[in-house]
Amino acid sequence: MQKKYFLPRYVSLLLICCSLLIFAVLFFPFWHIELQAPQYPEGLILLIYANKLSGDVDIINGLNHYIGMKTLHTADFYEFQVLPYCIIFFAVAFIIVAIVRKRKWLNILFAVFIFFGVISMIDFWKWNYNYGHHLNPNAPIIVPGMAYQPPILGYKQLLNFGAYSMPDVGGWIFISVGIILLGLVLISNRKNKPS
Amino acid sequence: MKSSLLRLCSLAVFLGAAALGCKPKNTSDAISGDAASKVYVAPGKYDEFYNFVSGGFNGQMSVYGLPSGRLLKIVPIFSVFPENGYGYSEETKPMLNTSHGFVPWDDQHHLELSQTEGKIDGRWIFANANNTPRIARVDLTTFKTAEILELPNSAGNHSSPFITENTEYVVAGTRFAVPMDDQNGDVPINTLRKNFKSSISFISVNKDSGTMSLAFQLRLPPIDFDLSHSGKGPSHDWFFFSTYNTEQANTLLEVNASQRDKDFILAVNWKKLEAYVKSGKGRTESAKYAHNIYNEQTHSATSTIENKVLAIDAQDLKDICYYIPCPKSPHGCDVDPTGEYIVGSGKLAALIPVFSFTKIQKAIATKDFIGTYEGIPVIKYESALYGEVQKPGLGPLHTEFDGRGNAITTMFVSSEIVKWNIKDLKVIDRKPTYYSPGHLSIPGGDTRSPNGKYVIVYNKITKDRYLPTGPELAQAAQLFDITGDKMKLLLDFPTVGEPHYAQAVEASLIKDKSVKFFKLEDNKHPYATLGEKNAKVVRNGKRVDIYITEIRSHFTPDNIEGIKMGDQVYWHMTNLEQDWDVPHGFAIKSAANTAELLVMPGETQTLYWTPEKPGIYPFYCTDFCSALHQEMQGYVRVSPENSNTPLSFSTGTNLPDSANTPQYLKENLN
Repeated sequence: MQKKYFLPRYVSLLLICCSLLIFAVLFFPFWHIELQAPQYPEGLILLIYANKLSGDVDIINGLNHYIGMKTLHTADFYEFQVLPYCIIFFAVAFIIVAIVRKRKWLNILFAVFIFFGVISMIDFWKWNYNYGHHLNPNAPIIVPGMAYQPPILGYKQLLNFGAYSMPDVGGWIFISVGIILLGLVLISNRKNKPS
Repeated sequence: MKSSLLRLCSLAVFLGAAALGCKPKNTSDAISGDAASKVYVAPGKYDEFYNFVSGGFNGQMSVYGLPSGRLLKIVPIFSVFPENGYGYSEETKPMLNTSHGFVPWDDQHHLELSQTEGKIDGRWIFANANNTPRIARVDLTTFKTAEILELPNSAGNHSSPFITENTEYVVAGTRFAVPMDDQNGDVPINTLRKNFKSSISFISVNKDSGTMSLAFQLRLPPIDFDLSHSGKGPSHDWFFFSTYNTEQANTLLEVNASQRDKDFILAVNWKKLEAYVKSGKGRTESAKYAHNIYNEQTHSATSTIENKVLAIDAQDLKDICYYIPCPKSPHGCDVDPTGEYIVGSGKLAALIPVFSFTKIQKAIATKDFIGTYEGIPVIKYESALYGEVQKPGLGPLHTEFDGRGNAITTMFVSSEIVKWNIKDLKVIDRKPTYYSPGHLSIPGGDTRSPNGKYVIVYNKITKDRYLPTGPELAQAAQLFDITGDKMKLLLDFPTVGEPHYAQAVEASLIKDKSVKFFKLEDNKHPYATLGEKNAKVVRNGKRVDIYITEIRSHFTPDNIEGIKMGDQVYWHMTNLEQDWDVPHGFAIKSAANTAELLVMPGETQTLYWTPEKPGIYPFYCTDFCSALHQEMQGYVRVSPENSNTPLSFSTGTNLPDSANTPQYLKENLN
């Protein structure tokens, strides 16, 4: 019978740090879309939090009516109800793994975390697609091809607006936590292979 | 013979050349090479200073940027302004109400920025109206007139609106002596000496809200007040007023008020005066004057008629008022940054007297008087005098200070500005101006801490300065660099109205407090429409209230029917935008006796309209708001008085009848 293997202490410590970071995501925007146009030298910004849309939502909605895009309202997105719980779930899960200190648990946590990230991005893309492909045909300005999908990452130009979509503080925290987690998984699976 | 002819010719040529060489240099010579770069403010960059310039006979205040001289805004104060509806909208009409009814125009001469501890605090700017005596306060977060207070017992409100170091009081001295409002004014004009009086109004200013109130009026012998400035630092408790017409003439003042060698500067201990008034001295007189306040929440002004004023006679107060003789009808009355030196500029004098506050105090203490003028002690000229600037130029009018111990005075007659040292009274430099300067302005130049970078001179005569525009020309202003011993002309720019006094201040003190738009949730206008779903048209007898909104790029409602002849129609326009620089305008075809509305984001303004005959009246947005601004239009239908057209209103649903669709549209040719 092989002696029970526990992950090193520093792994627990890092996992607890990650948990705190994830918890902080509740209070920072996850993602943002910056809009720039000649008439908006100061720029407009759409901030996506775990539980709400913020920034210049009203101004952006006012402009969207020209191309017939549906207006954005926090209440229209069920995600904003669910996301805070997902974040709390991860914050707690990281702590549990830090306490249990099992490699298997760490691997599962990593898998779930990555799965969550991928699903989130797909969901985000899907929303962008829906908003961008359901333009009101009676709108004053008919967008060529009747489709304008905002980018989920990076830059895209539409008429006089340039849209720049990037992770915000919360997003970067998630990415950093993912990288740390990946590192921990790699290290613990290589160094301490059960013989 | 031939050679003498040649000699004669060459002599003529020589004389001609010499005469040309002697001709005074013109402006192009006066500008040094790097002037352009010093006033160049690159596109997109901000000016360093705000320059608030009185509009004179246009009744408004204009705002320029310095050093570029670019006009940034005209703020309507005392005159109607059809451009944005000031004085035409129901909300702003009360601002121009007076005890004599609605007065659509005035003559705006002097401006004074509010101060705290003798320094400009950037909160408000006060403005005077000369013709119908009034004082206004403009809010520098919105650049809108926030308050106007009428002044009773005053005429030609010229000696105003000068303030104390903490904006405790705004003073306003009368230019004309007049019978008091509570007396019978139907008296022979030549009984001026018996029946007329002069008054100085003391207006207190609320420290937090800025709200003005006429605290009391000081009654003085019937001589004319010209200008004024408060003391500073050691002379904080005092106010100084220049006077003319101590001759008490009532006709041909040009001659008759210039007879005596000296008129007076009146020194008033306002601190003591305030204490006297508080102790119950003074009497309540009946008076009628309007007090108009603009409310930023209701976006509306109210006008209240006040009916009494507290008056106190200078002759009854033995230690408050003193006359100081000052040569030849003094105009400017300017106090240096230390508060010690008071400069009186006798417009017909060949010198500039500088009085010493310390010496004035000593003369008062030792009763060094040459007599009394109608019961008010007159201090001996030499006992108050610090010294005289000899041969400064001709026609000294106004003086400002550079904060480095120097004064700069405008010379109307010799058309120049003269820089002189306050301590040794020696002239340092003089530069021509184009032409005949009136006021001048240095940023903070009448406060305890001037910023002696520039002086701007406001000239009274323009002539050939700019491309000719017929008999009426713009007024010319010139900007000088005053950082060195020699003043350098940098820029010449035209102004609107006729500038008199002006104020300049570092932009940093004001620009970041500027309001970008009004929050809709703070809009407490009783007829505001907060959202398109609340738009409606309500009839109440002959009165029709239209609750209408504007947002890019449509009105709600934009089709209105059921208005009838004889109706009094109120268009309550709410701009629903909540973003910077998206005003909407509103104009109805051929609306008589009114103007347009310019409605700021989040604001509600009302246009009163009485249609003159049945028909269709188009209306539209007048401020280019968006790419579809041209489409921002609507129709209102007016029916005869006895018709049964039902009241109806809508946007986007009242579609054209399909029976009359042109074939082209039916076939959807494109």
